[in-house]
Amino acid sequence: MSARDTYVRPMRGWWRRNPFFVRYMAREATAIFVYLYALLLIAGLVALRNGPAAFDAWLAMLRNPAVMSFLFASLGVFAYHTLSWFRIMPKTMPPLRFAGRRVAAGAITAAGLAAAAIASGALVALALA
Amino acid sequence: MPDGAVMSKTIEIEVLRYEPAEGSAPYTQSWTIPYTDDMSVLQALQHIKDHVDGSLTYRWSCRMAICGSCGMMIDGVPRLACSTFLRDFPAGKIRVEALAHFPIERDLVVDAGDFIGKLASIRPWITPKVEKDLAAGEFLQTPAQLERYEQFSHCINCMLCYAACPQYGLDNRFLGPGLTALLHRYNVDSRDAGQEERMQLAHSEEGVWGCTAVGYCSEVCPKQVDPANAVNQNKTLSAVDWFARFLPGSRAA
Repeated sequence: MSARDTYVRPMRGWWRRNPFFVRYMAREATAIFVYLYALLLIAGLVALRNGPAAFDAWLAMLRNPAVMSFLFASLGVFAYHTLSWFRIMPKTMPPLRFAGRRVAAGAITAAGLAAAAIASGALVALALA
Repeated sequence: MPDGAVMSKTIEIEVLRYEPAEGSAPYTQSWTIPYTDDMSVLQALQHIKDHVDGSLTYRWSCRMAICGSCGMMIDGVPRLACSTFLRDFPAGKIRVEALAHFPIERDLVVDAGDFIGKLASIRPWITPKVEKDLAAGEFLQTPAQLERYEQFSHCINCMLCYAACPQYGLDNRFLGPGLTALLHRYNVDSRDAGQEERMQLAHSEEGVWGCTAVGYCSEVCPKQVDPANAVNQNKTLSAVDWFARFLPGSRAA
């Protein structure tokens, strides 16, 4: 563009420069756990199709300590994913109005988290019933 | 700094300096200066330039957070030097660097050529729906119509959001947060008819899809423009536009 001797700083290690970026990368990394958990569920569906013996084997596999620790780790990771997702949500949607006033970002995040908590609670109650 | 003020406190100002010359590299230089609680980072730089080292180079103009000239990295955060106060750094030291993700021209001055070039490409003006004679009066808007774009019209082109956007830093073909907010400001203005041309840019490879919703742009914006919201609203519009081609009677069908 010009003959000026400008200096371009390298981007290497950019995400470690700011705690905000570290949290962003952590949010993105939760996708790996979502992916692995989805594979586990698909394996369960395939086992279900293959009959009761295959499904029981899949259930037994879930009780393996290694798989159990993955599941508990995933629970924590999913909770963080949910939190980060609803935090960014107000920035991703058109302005929401209620009774003629714009709904505050914090209210949208809180409503999303509440909905996620209620849905998760209902699912757990259903599974234990 | 006010004459005669008691200045018993000192602060160390560390600056990433760069003098343009082929093969030259940036280096760090520090000055310890006296300060009062009402002094901004900009005033600290002015003190250094006036009293210690006249070669220190930075941009500034209004010194009241409206011109958008004095954006720089202060302790790694994109901020306006004029509205960042020394009293908020009790550790007694700050590091100042040119705005991230832009080439350094000299010391704290960046080459904003890329931003300025893109600014024209979003057509930042109102394209009237109907030509109206001046004598016919102004185009009227309701408060609700004003509210749709007002927040996005507060942008002062300070480029802090670009320094906050790693995607722009990694690939500066991306149109970026601030200019997408400005694009959106004109697109949702009830008086404007230029949406179609602007949306071609928003839908393109360089447009909104370069954003991965980091969201830091909106955090650092000194005018609460929320550029991340403008970018992500246009992702929705872009997706709707793409799927609309499959509807009978659409332009592409």
